[in-house]
Amino acid sequence: MDTTLHTPSRQELFAGFFSVGLSGFGGVLPLAHRMLVMQRRWLSDAEFTEVLGLGQVLPGPNIVNVAVAVGSRFHGVSGALTAVGGLMLAPLVIVLSLAMLYGHYQSVPALRGVLAGLASAGAGLVVAMGLRLAEKLERRGWCLAIALLTLVAVGLWRLPLLAVLLVLAPLAIALAWRTRERRS
Amino acid sequence: MSVLLSLLGTFSLFSLMAVGGANALLPEIHRYVVESNGWMTGTEFAALFAIAQAAPGPNVLVVSLIGWKVAGVPGALVSTLGMCGPSSLLSFYVARLWQRFRASPWRRVIERGLAPVTIGLVLGSAWLLSRSANDGWASWLLCGATAMVAWKSRLNPLWLLGAGALLGWLGLV
Repeated sequence: MDTTLHTPSRQELFAGFFSVGLSGFGGVLPLAHRMLVMQRRWLSDAEFTEVLGLGQVLPGPNIVNVAVAVGSRFHGVSGALTAVGGLMLAPLVIVLSLAMLYGHYQSVPALRGVLAGLASAGAGLVVAMGLRLAEKLERRGWCLAIALLTLVAVGLWRLPLLAVLLVLAPLAIALAWRTRERRS
Repeated sequence: MSVLLSLLGTFSLFSLMAVGGANALLPEIHRYVVESNGWMTGTEFAALFAIAQAAPGPNVLVVSLIGWKVAGVPGALVSTLGMCGPSSLLSFYVARLWQRFRASPWRRVIERGLAPVTIGLVLGSAWLLSRSANDGWASWLLCGATAMVAWKSRLNPLWLLGAGALLGWLGLV
């Protein structure tokens, strides 16, 4: 198997992220892995894990962060803009077309029913996403406590997110530091 | 004009708070567009989220749709720009540092520390969305069944959304 990596041109960056944006339903990260590592071989598996870790640790849409990191690695600022543009263009056009249809036919009873059903199922998908993440959580008391406290603070008490993050994120990172693995 | 500036400014701030992506932010966005400004009802908020889920592309599109509902296409564009801009700028600069600090124990510590915060935020969003989207036992049942199937199987989520849409069309939820 040919394992050499390929350096994409700007056109290829655009086309690659365009295909990811267009084909991802309910989460595009697995598709990004397939495109970047397996199909087009712009990154090795280890490099992808690294870029993904960065995209998830930083705030903001994860896949957009990944596109910025990959685009800028190959072509600096213009690469980052090209990759994000490719990623967002088609989905933005599609979702806005759907929105206009919705605006036009909002009052049709059948459509209201369809949207009510979609909304309930959509909420269920976010519940599942949370549960899948929770399964992978470290089995430590402080991890569970931080997750529950965050949930209660934003979900039940409706505290402002900024305040919650300013208190809980440093606390969680400090706890992670205390329980880090020490390599000899 | 002032609405567009408000959208741009608020989503720029949210961009830097979105630990775990746009889905972690929904309670805060709900507070901004439904509770504080009254630009839409909770039901409309849930419907827009559903449309974003049913379309291809990243989760962040829910922000574009909310911007559209508030101020049309310009609203969609400034909201998307606000949501992606500051965090992208941060990624751009941090990407280099990240490679340089490959061996630093801090990288792993930050990842491990933020993981439970992200989970709490996503489950908080899930709770808020479920309450906005479900208004009777049938819709709670659909929501719960979707969650279980999506959690335990590898089924493409589009099928689950399709099933929800069909049940809604038939007037069952």
